[in-house]
Amino acid sequence: MFVLDMDWRAGEKGRAMLRKHGIWILVAALGAVALGVVALSRGEQINALWMLTAAVCTYLVAYRYYSRFVAEDVALLSGNRVTPAVAQNDGLDYVPTNKYVLFGHHFAAIAGAGPLVGPVLAAQLGYLPSILWIIIGAVVGGCVQDFIILVMSTRRGGRSLGEMIREEFGQVAGVTAQIGTFAIMIIILAVLALIVVKALAHSPWGTFTVAATVPIAILMGLYTRFIQPARIAEVSIGGFVLMMLATVGGQYVAASPTLAPWFTLTEVQVCWVLIIYGIVASTLPVWLLLAPRGYLSTFMKIGVIVLLAIGLVLARPMLEMPATTKFIDGTGPVWTGPVFPFLFITIACGAVSGFHALISSGTTPKQIADERDARLIGYGAMLMESFVAVMALISACVLNPSIYFTMNSPGAVVGTTAESAATAVTKMGFPADAQEIKHTADQIGEASIISRAGGAPTLAVGMAHIFSRVIGEHLMAFWYHFAILFEALFILTAVDSGTRSGRFMLQDLIGGAIPAFRRTSALIPNLVATTLCVAAWGFFLYQGATDPLGGVNTLWPLFALSNQMLAGIALTFATVALIKTRRARFAWVTGLPAVWLLICTMTAGLMKIFSPDPALGFVAQARAYSAAIAEGRFMGPAKTVDQMRQIVQNGWVDAALCAFFVVMTLVVVLIGVKTALAALKDADATARLDPSYVPSI
Amino acid sequence: MAELAHVLKLVRDGARLMVGVQSYEAYLTHMRAHHPDREPMTEVEFFENRMKAQYGEAGKGGFRCC
Repeated sequence: MFVLDMDWRAGEKGRAMLRKHGIWILVAALGAVALGVVALSRGEQINALWMLTAAVCTYLVAYRYYSRFVAEDVALLSGNRVTPAVAQNDGLDYVPTNKYVLFGHHFAAIAGAGPLVGPVLAAQLGYLPSILWIIIGAVVGGCVQDFIILVMSTRRGGRSLGEMIREEFGQVAGVTAQIGTFAIMIIILAVLALIVVKALAHSPWGTFTVAATVPIAILMGLYTRFIQPARIAEVSIGGFVLMMLATVGGQYVAASPTLAPWFTLTEVQVCWVLIIYGIVASTLPVWLLLAPRGYLSTFMKIGVIVLLAIGLVLARPMLEMPATTKFIDGTGPVWTGPVFPFLFITIACGAVSGFHALISSGTTPKQIADERDARLIGYGAMLMESFVAVMALISACVLNPSIYFTMNSPGAVVGTTAESAATAVTKMGFPADAQEIKHTADQIGEASIISRAGGAPTLAVGMAHIFSRVIGEHLMAFWYHFAILFEALFILTAVDSGTRSGRFMLQDLIGGAIPAFRRTSALIPNLVATTLCVAAWGFFLYQGATDPLGGVNTLWPLFALSNQMLAGIALTFATVALIKTRRARFAWVTGLPAVWLLICTMTAGLMKIFSPDPALGFVAQARAYSAAIAEGRFMGPAKTVDQMRQIVQNGWVDAALCAFFVVMTLVVVLIGVKTALAALKDADATARLDPSYVPSI
Repeated sequence: MAELAHVLKLVRDGARLMVGVQSYEAYLTHMRAHHPDREPMTEVEFFENRMKAQYGEAGKGGFRCC
């Protein structure tokens, strides 16, 4: 870019350069200082604003320079290439759309529970490893993936990732990737539902509030259908007011001796309620429940993210969690495994998310008016997602570590009373006080905060902590349940719309053998496919809800692993497509993150299967408990022989699933490497449908 | 004022597209320009069409990220 500066007078040239880059040098310097404070402070607490500043400055510089390099030099974006939205404009699915409007659409579609939960779980290592990976992983990995896949799909008529892989890599890789995607979706639905189970069990206030969203959404649906059609704003505002009333009303339900028992459910009960709900909600007409609840969850998600950002700036909380804890040795209570590779698995969506590749090749590419908009939409929306992850990490780290570990350790470690939890957490090296544990539970209006794993309750306490610093302590219980409602709401929306998508995928798969199954409006195939789909995620949900070892610490790594594997596949595809279009010299842009993710996921996958440590390896775990059963001795934390048998069964099932993911990824990636090697040898190879191919000059 | 109205329209369009409803005006403009012979859908029909597309029978769409 300096070469293009045609001015020959040196002074003038320098001034022009300063005008162009000066502000960015300042942003970069500020970011470097903030990052220095975050990384180098030892033993003294730092303000959360340093973390926020380090993140935002890095994002700005990365967007200005790196995304521009990717856009102009790697992807060769041009305003002259006609996009599908323009070429196939039908006013419905293919519509040229304003880039800011489309940015909002894309961000709302990629943002979910992942970037909120992953960082909370990873906080057991301290804030430093997590913040570094969230920032670096996003700017060189996640954002590049979302952006490049969006461009590639736009140039291929808006095709999905699965279709593109089939076209470029062949039938075997395409079908493997599609089956893998279905399996990943089942695990996602199970782990999301498990987060809701962990958040709502034994919490009448939370259960009432979340349950109330169902009749509220139905009211909204009926209103939209029969009274005022197509008025999204007014029906959403009405629904939001009712929801806030339900959140306030929840405390009276929890205090009422007659009503409270109705809404006080065990984990297994919440689990069954969700399974039945999943079947019913995904077969009802969409206007009645799904669509109106979609409004509430989408707008509330965006609203709370904005609110949290404002709250953080106003509250300027200190980070109570140390930069690193002793658990970087891999012995943490929240999940087991060393920093490499498990940090890069656990953080998941806030740094890189394979599922975004599906969104980037979904509805967004069909609405891009000008190819160059993809930079803001693809790269920019993922920066925003990463920022959400940073805020989630901050929310977990502003809590006293003793509270954090009390909430996130399995019951087997911390017991069930404030005293036992205080003793256990103090033994971990975080001086805990039983009174403080009880006091925190009182403040948020819950019976107990002990072993509320899954990320959502911790995030909710952190958010309540931040908001109450701004507005006042007396509202803490309201903010806690507001935050729980916010998370449960959009998780449930993902669960029922995901079940619907899964049902269609299954009907399509079974329809290959029995054509009558493809009729999506017919009742029997509909019910059979829905039940199969719910049974699949319900199996893993039930396994997680009843797992004596805690559930989340098994299911989250499985989900995160498969999600990062999908990212590895998407980035491999992008790399091969670059090589095929004669841009092999830029293949490192997607190739390096692909290689890194594949190294991490393969290592983690093999460790989860084969590690001899029963706390880490599924097979070792199953063997250890089998041996204990055979010898007739009890092995904690299981309390009965049945529980021990259950752990054995879980171990084998999870090992098999893990092996399936590893093999699936290897198959697709190896076919990709073969395709790339063939393309390098063949002078005429071009990616089949990429019209951006320019013969080498 | 014109600029403010434009920004408000963007916010409104953005919020509606977040829940899967494209701009009805854009649809009308398209229909008038390219298919003047066909009767366009009414706003309510358009709204229902978009809702069906989002929670689609094709197995696509509707799924929000994790």
